[in-house]
Amino acid sequence: MSETLPVPSAPPAPARRVSGVPIRLEHVTKRYPGQDRPAVDDVTLDIAAGETVMFVGPSGCGKTTLLKMINRLIEPTSGRIHLGDEDVTNQDPDRLRRRIGYVIQAGGLFPHMMVATNIGMVPRMLGWEKQRVTERIDELLDLVGLDPEQYRDRYPKELSGGQQQRVGVARALAADPPVLLMDEPFGAVDPITRQRLQDELLRIQDELGKTIVCVTHDFDEAVKLGDRIVVFDVGARIVQYDTPEAILAAPAEEYVADFVGAGATLKQLTLTRVNSLHLRPVTTASVGDDAADAVARARAAGDDFVVVLDRRGRPISWPTLAEVSRMAAIPATVDEKLPVVGLGSTLNDALDTMLAASQGGAVVLGRRDSLAGVVTIEMIMDAIQRTRQETAG
Amino acid sequence: MWEFVLDRRGQIAYQAFQHVSLVLQCVLLGTLIALLLAALVYRSAAATSLANGVSAVGLTIPAFALLGILLAPFGFGITPAVIAVTFYAALPVLRNAVVGLAGVDRSVVESARGIGMSRLATLVRVELPLAWPVILAGIRVSTQMVMGIAAIAAYVLGPGLGGFIFTGLSRLGGANALNSALAGTIAIVVLALVLDLLLLLVGRLTTPRGIRV
Repeated sequence: MSETLPVPSAPPAPARRVSGVPIRLEHVTKRYPGQDRPAVDDVTLDIAAGETVMFVGPSGCGKTTLLKMINRLIEPTSGRIHLGDEDVTNQDPDRLRRRIGYVIQAGGLFPHMMVATNIGMVPRMLGWEKQRVTERIDELLDLVGLDPEQYRDRYPKELSGGQQQRVGVARALAADPPVLLMDEPFGAVDPITRQRLQDELLRIQDELGKTIVCVTHDFDEAVKLGDRIVVFDVGARIVQYDTPEAILAAPAEEYVADFVGAGATLKQLTLTRVNSLHLRPVTTASVGDDAADAVARARAAGDDFVVVLDRRGRPISWPTLAEVSRMAAIPATVDEKLPVVGLGSTLNDALDTMLAASQGGAVVLGRRDSLAGVVTIEMIMDAIQRTRQETAG
Repeated sequence: MWEFVLDRRGQIAYQAFQHVSLVLQCVLLGTLIALLLAALVYRSAAATSLANGVSAVGLTIPAFALLGILLAPFGFGITPAVIAVTFYAALPVLRNAVVGLAGVDRSVVESARGIGMSRLATLVRVELPLAWPVILAGIRVSTQMVMGIAAIAAYVLGPGLGGFIFTGLSRLGGANALNSALAGTIAIVVLALVLDLLLLLVGRLTTPRGIRV
């Protein structure tokens, strides 16, 4: 457990596991009585299996209406909706929705039910055995980074906003649906929590490969989370449907350019992810290890601090060598202010995190919150320098 | 007074039991009717205001008048008493149930529907439990009010402590007349307080910890 981690090189986009199914909307229209213009006007859209597609556009453009027509919370006036090879336009909506995960702002948890009951809702409706439901609840809490022992029997009001949102995601994933719909999921939490939740979602998606459709009003969020982005105008007219890189590089219309905003060089900060940097390896020590030994290893590796891991391999603090050498054994103290980012975090997030913690670096988490390395402010500056030179040259 | 009560303790206890039994059964029946009505109307704004109107106007009908009207088709006895008491018991519960159901956070309802709960399941498992504290407050108001109305039901020869009050009032000035009316009234007040405490306890036991304030 305690050795210097190898340098994780930039991963060459591995063949991702895909458990999602494609979604196809055909000439979908929604007309409300008493309104002369349809809210959604003849939209045809193909979403590939296992992709995360972000819906952005001004408020009132019909993006949320379109999202809710996928699980038929809103019934389309005309048009067809396909999930995989199935036409679900006329399927029983309740049964359809049990196969589609749904996450809304602030989680939409049932306040009178415990966390476990909330998460187990859909599996129980599907008639799973009790034992299987219980196991699934713990598995999901673990997946969204909440300790089952500690959180299973709590009520939503006993959780922070970010934790409620995690439970919301766990509930949506409970019956392992191929498709996940999210309606401004991270709109109600503070920026730092939002960024961590986004990282968490990227990590989960990396593990599961669902088809995710997510509505947001935050273009930076769309760039960060989306494999593709759909930019909508009024009536849910699709103005551009492309990868974030392509939309930033070549906005289809003046309208998109306005929406994307200025400052293209610094936009690169939201496009470049931490996992594309050569992360610094770092000396680690487990709780209870001999302190002198840890100091010696750190000195040998040229580090001036040690990252302390708990029993599950998650980093909990990063004391300096001066601090460590005053102790006999590595303590189990959890540093609440430890700056952490995910592999999927953008450089923008990493910079934010460091500034918020007044630190010159941040710990990078990989799968299941294990340590992936360390990112420093110098590495980010280098990356900015490189892109500026590239754009200039 | 004390002698009067001691002499008739058997009769008072029996009538008190009858009174409470009438009230509890009518409140239960009224609550069921009110919840059913509330479930039917709460989704529509027009029906909701109609229900609120009915419960407001209904409460202004004098109990005496209603009992008088009920005498014609049903005659004297327990039937008109039960109908009148149930009618008054249902109104506060109806109002609170409509308000309580309308007050349930829309996003919670949407997420219930969004994860595939049917309309009925959403109502039974999410909306009613969340509106329960408000509904229970209505039931408490209802019980207090109906304790008094049940006394008037003695006018149509219904069961309960109202008998003592009416007997006393009709013989005012005679021996034990005041004692009789007082005994009936005080017993009703005491029982009403006891019932309210019991309902408070029911509230404590039936409100999920997650929505307790």
